[in-house]
Amino acid sequence: MAHDAGFGLAQRRVRNQRDAVVGALYLAIGSGFAWYAADYERGTAARMGAGYFPFWLALILMGLGAIVLFRSTAPGAERVTLATWDIRSLVWMTGAVIFFGLVIKPFGLVAAIAILVVAASLASPSFTWRGTLINAAVLSAINAVAFGLVLGLPLDLWPVWLP
Amino acid sequence: MDLFDNLALGFATAMSWQSLGYALLGCLVGTLIGVLPGLGPVATIAMLLPLTYQLDPTSALIMLASIYYGAQYGGSTTAILLKLPGESSSAVTVIDGHAMALQGRAGPALSAAAIGSLIAGSFGVLLVACLAVPLTAVAFSFGPPEYFSLMLLGLVGSIALSSDAIDKSLGLMVIGVLLSLVGTDVNSGAVRFSGEVFALRDGIEFTALAMGIFGIAEIAVNLEQQRRGDAGAGTIAHVGRMLPTRDDARRMMPAIARGTAIGAVLGILPGAGVTIASFAAYTAEKKLSRYSHELGTGAIEGVAGPESANNAAAQTNFISLLTLGIPGSAVMALMLGAMVIQNIQPGPQVITSHPQVFWGLIVSMWIGNLMLVVLNLPLIGLWIRLLSIPYRFLFPAILVFCAVGAYTVRASVFDIYLLAAFGVVGYGLIKLAVSPVPLLLGFVLGPMIESSFRRAMMVSRGDYSVFFTRPLSAALLAGALVLILAAVGSTWGKQRRIVLAEQG
Repeated sequence: MAHDAGFGLAQRRVRNQRDAVVGALYLAIGSGFAWYAADYERGTAARMGAGYFPFWLALILMGLGAIVLFRSTAPGAERVTLATWDIRSLVWMTGAVIFFGLVIKPFGLVAAIAILVVAASLASPSFTWRGTLINAAVLSAINAVAFGLVLGLPLDLWPVWLP
Repeated sequence: MDLFDNLALGFATAMSWQSLGYALLGCLVGTLIGVLPGLGPVATIAMLLPLTYQLDPTSALIMLASIYYGAQYGGSTTAILLKLPGESSSAVTVIDGHAMALQGRAGPALSAAAIGSLIAGSFGVLLVACLAVPLTAVAFSFGPPEYFSLMLLGLVGSIALSSDAIDKSLGLMVIGVLLSLVGTDVNSGAVRFSGEVFALRDGIEFTALAMGIFGIAEIAVNLEQQRRGDAGAGTIAHVGRMLPTRDDARRMMPAIARGTAIGAVLGILPGAGVTIASFAAYTAEKKLSRYSHELGTGAIEGVAGPESANNAAAQTNFISLLTLGIPGSAVMALMLGAMVIQNIQPGPQVITSHPQVFWGLIVSMWIGNLMLVVLNLPLIGLWIRLLSIPYRFLFPAILVFCAVGAYTVRASVFDIYLLAAFGVVGYGLIKLAVSPVPLLLGFVLGPMIESSFRRAMMVSRGDYSVFFTRPLSAALLAGALVLILAAVGSTWGKQRRIVLAEQG
C-alpha cells in the first residue's frame, strides 16, 4: 500500500467543506485586519507602534487560514458538507434585537421590551398571542423594576413623546 | 498560621448578610439554569454581568461564582430524572443516573450526586485556599516575558484540550485578540480598526460579544431544532425515597474520592473544564471500580464519580484566575471580565490588594456548596415543575435580558447592534462546528498579551530571545509547544486513520 504523501495536486479538492470555509474566512479576515493595520505606525520591536502587534497577528491569522484551507483538501480529510442555515430563526432573532436597539431611545424601555418579546416570539413554531402578551408584560415589569428602580439606571421607561 | 488568619478574614466577609444573600441568589439561579437544558452558566453569567456592575466586588464575584458551581448541581437533576443533561458536564450522569431512576432509585441517585458534589466541592475550595499563597508568591517573580509566556500557555492549553483541530481554534483565538484591539490603543493613543464607525473608538464591549456568541446563537440553534421537530424531552421519572441505603453509601465513597481527585487536578489545568473532568471520572470508574460491571445499568458509582469530579473542577478552575490572573475557561474569562469592570486588576497582586474579596470569595464558595445541598434535596419538586415551562416563553426572556443588559453596560445603543452582530457570528460558528471559546479567551486576554509583549520587548530592546533565555518563560513556552505538538499529532493521527481506512 503506497503511502500517499498528500501533496499531489491532482488529488486536491475540497473534501471538508466546513473547514474550507473556516480557512477562507480566516484568510479574508486576516487580510482585512492586515490591510488596516498596515496604515498604522509599526515602529520597531523595541519601540512598538500601534500597528506592530495587530499587523503581525493578522499575518499569522492568514497563515493559519491557509493551513486550514490546505488541510481541508487533503485526501485524508473527513468528508463534511456545510450545514444548512435556518435563516428564518436567525433573521427573526437578530432583527428583533436590532429593532429593539432602534426603538429603545424614542419609545422607552417598556415599549421596547414588549416589542422585542412579540417579535422574538414570532420566531417560535408554537407561538400564541395570549402567551406572548403575558410574557411581554411580565418581562417588562421585571426589567423595569430591576434596572429602573432597584439599580437606578438612567433609562427612559416610557416614550419621550408622551405628555 | 497564615492560612487560618486568611480564612478568618474570609469568613468575616462571607458571613455578612449581604454576602450570604448573594451567594444564595447565585446558588438558586445557578441550580435553575443547570436544571434547564439549553441555558448554561456561560450565557447566564454573561447576561448577569451588567447587573453585577452595580454591586460591590465581593458580592458580584460571590454571586457569579455560585452560579457557576450551582449549575453543576442542577445539571445532574435533569440528567437523572429526564435523561437530558442540563449541562454538558452532566452528560455522563445520564447513563447510570437515569438507569437508576428507571429502577425507582432516583432518590439515591440524586443524593449521591449532591453528597458527592458537597465533598468534592469542599475539597476543591480547600485546595484553592492552600495553593493561593504559594502560587502568588511564584507569580511575583514574573516579569513581562513570563506573563506573556504564561498567557500563551494558558490560551494554547485551553484549545489544545478541545476536540477541534488546533489550527482552527488558534485562528479563532487570534481573531479574538484582534477584535480586542479595536478601539483606542492605551499606549500610543492611536485609534485602531474603528473605520467610519464612531462608536468603535471605545472598542467592542465584552458583554455584548459574550452574550451574542453564547446566548443569542444558542437560542437560534434551539429554535431551529424545535422547528425541525427534534424535541427530546421524555417523561419525568418518579422520585421515591431520597435517602441512600447503607450499601449505597458504602459504594459511593470510593467513587467520590476518585472523582474528587480527578476533578480537582483537571480543574487547575487551563483548558480542562468541568466536562472533561466528569468524563475522565466516568472512565476512571470503569477501570477502577469494583462494581465496574454494573456501570451503564444503574451503578451508583456512575453518578457519584462524575458529579464529584465536575464540582471539584468547578472550584479549582478558579485557581489560575485568582492567583495568576489567567482564565482557564470561558466562565473564568467572564469572571475576569467582571473583575476588570470592578476595577480589580487580576493577577497575583489581588491577594494582597483586595484580601477581603479574595478570601471572602473562597470561603463563600464553601458556604455555597453547603447551601446547594440543603436547597436542592427539598426543592427537587420545584425544579421538576419549572422544567415544564415552554421554551417559547423562556427564549424571549433570555433575549430581553441580553438586549437590556447589553445596553446598560455603557448606555450605548451601539452595543445592542453589536449583540445582534455577534449573535450571527456565534450562530455561524455553531454551524461551522467550531467552538467559540477560543474567541472569548483571546478577546479577554488580548490587551494584556499585547502590553506584556510590548513591555518585554521594550526592556529587552527588541531582542526576541528574551522569551527563551529567561528560564521560567522558556519553561512555559516549552509547555505550550508540547501541548501544540500533542494536539497537532492527534489531528494528524485522525487524518491518517481516515486515509488508511479509505485505502484499506
